[in-house]
Amino acid sequence: MSDPLIQVRDLVKIYTMGETEVRALASVSADIAQGEFIAVMGPSGSGKSTFMNLLGCLDHATSGEYRFAGERVSELDGDRLAQVRNRRVGFVFQHFNLLARTSALENVELPLLYAGLAKKDRVAKALRMLERVGLAPRAHHHPAQLSGGQQQRVAIARALVTEPLLILADEPTGALDSRTSLEIMALFQALNRQGMTVIVVTHENDVARFARRILRFRDGRIVSDEANAPLDAAAVLAVEPKAA
Amino acid sequence: MNFSSLLRIALRALAINKLRSALTMLGIVIGVGAVIVMIAVGAGAQKRVEEQIRALGSNLLLIMSGARTQGGVRLAVGSGQTLSEDDAIAINREIPEALAAPALRGGAQVVWGNANWSTQIYGTTPEYLLVREWQLAAGRPFEPSETSGAGKVCLIGSTVARGLFGSTDPVGQVVRIKRVPFTVIGVLETKGQSLMGTDQDDLIIMPISTARGRVLGSATQAKQRAVGTIWVKAADGYDTKLVEEQVRALLRQRHRLQQGSDDDFSLRNLQEVMSAQEASSRVLALLLAAVASVSLLVGGIGIMNIMLVSVTERTREVGLRMAVGARTRDILGQFLVEAVTLSLIGGLIGVALGTGTSLAIGGFLGWPVLLSPEAIGLAVAFAFVIGVFFGFYPARKAARLNPVDALRFE
Repeated sequence: MSDPLIQVRDLVKIYTMGETEVRALASVSADIAQGEFIAVMGPSGSGKSTFMNLLGCLDHATSGEYRFAGERVSELDGDRLAQVRNRRVGFVFQHFNLLARTSALENVELPLLYAGLAKKDRVAKALRMLERVGLAPRAHHHPAQLSGGQQQRVAIARALVTEPLLILADEPTGALDSRTSLEIMALFQALNRQGMTVIVVTHENDVARFARRILRFRDGRIVSDEANAPLDAAAVLAVEPKAA
Repeated sequence: MNFSSLLRIALRALAINKLRSALTMLGIVIGVGAVIVMIAVGAGAQKRVEEQIRALGSNLLLIMSGARTQGGVRLAVGSGQTLSEDDAIAINREIPEALAAPALRGGAQVVWGNANWSTQIYGTTPEYLLVREWQLAAGRPFEPSETSGAGKVCLIGSTVARGLFGSTDPVGQVVRIKRVPFTVIGVLETKGQSLMGTDQDDLIIMPISTARGRVLGSATQAKQRAVGTIWVKAADGYDTKLVEEQVRALLRQRHRLQQGSDDDFSLRNLQEVMSAQEASSRVLALLLAAVASVSLLVGGIGIMNIMLVSVTERTREVGLRMAVGARTRDILGQFLVEAVTLSLIGGLIGVALGTGTSLAIGGFLGWPVLLSPEAIGLAVAFAFVIGVFFGFYPARKAARLNPVDALRFE
């Protein structure tokens, strides 16, 4: 059997704030295989965001080992980490984090810009991704001209555009109404069915129920790790009454 | 990430806050504009001095008759008649590096037909034109026979030619000076204003013997060979100071002056007077340029200030860019290009403004201005350096942000 996509062993993250040390992550170990759909849950301060930052190569662990796609990420320097983020991880944030006064198309192009692609290739790929999230007709709209759900779909297209191995979503529905949230979760499920590994950080059970595996954090440790029979977001959406 | 992408990002970021960008540029615009105007005015002034030096002739010494002491009262320079034509002849004979021309000066009325003109009369030798490096615009110089034989011929300055003859060709015409008829044999080239602002072209030159015998006679009766001034030119390649000392020694010896006594003539090195003026105009230009540079410096600090604000405002943007794969150098490059774009655009506007102002000063005030491509290039380069220097710190601050903190920044 091949190695899991993500292998985490005894991962520790300690923040130093002046005199006091905060143990955000106290020895976490986990394996995540390609194609999983995982919800990471826990109250605030449980270490779930720290865990996500480390998985997404946004931060260095204090100790422990992190292997991502066979690479010892814990030993990489800043520029190599940036490269991993660029090529292999797609981020989706609670507040979308789109560049203002910049068209949806150009927002999706952004990771390709840092990957060094030529303009023509960038536009072609970005358009294809916008099509995939159903926003091709709005490619030239600015974020301010799009609804919250549309903005998040632009952000998902941006996360997908470099064809990453992993989508990391931090409270992706936190700023959306329930119906739009369902649409976004349906989109994640569709991507997962096509083989994409998806990790969603959330504190809402409503969101977690669409995942196939749930990791629960408390005080910097994983306290439970169980499989979940996922609800089909598209099906829920179908019976949900339309918003006024 | 290539440069054109960085430039596009920078231009877009600057376009979002147009007023702020414009105000930030203002310091650089004023600084560069001021530098260009100052250099143009300074160079113009210097060029005018250089032209005056060229008009005067290079390596010139001017000897004037010394002060006469009358009953213990020292009279003005030139009041005595201590120089003579023989002094000039002696200089030419004894000092091979020097060329001397004696000159006898006076005023007179010149009449041609029913036109008349009041001007300066210079009685001198043919060497005078060589000493002053003065060419003829028309006609011919004196023949030696005319100099020695008191020929009734004269050369006229361009101002006299214009004033007296208008559009008529003066060469060959006969004018009357103190009722003596003179044939105009040549017209001198225009020299322009002297350093003191007098018109050097308002004169008539005639052989010294003629001047003494026919025109300026009464004023110089006292001593038959006396002259007021002797012009001396040191040959090219010789140190004028050395020649000056030789001339001084020769004159002291000829005038039989005791060691320790004062000179009975005044010897001035015009080159030195000019150099001093040139140096002072250069110092003035430098001083003004320094003041203008202070404005550039203040402009640079303004850029740094705004870039720091901009980095703080866009912390989340920086975090996002890092999350999608921007490396440290990409972020550094982005903010650095933004700062340099700001300062360079400011610099180019400053060039336009400075050039326009310089031309306006030249046109309306009539000051001599000299716009040099080097000065403009230097000002733009300076603006560029300021952008890099003052943009670097904010850019580095952005590039060093931690992506996690930057993303969470409110």
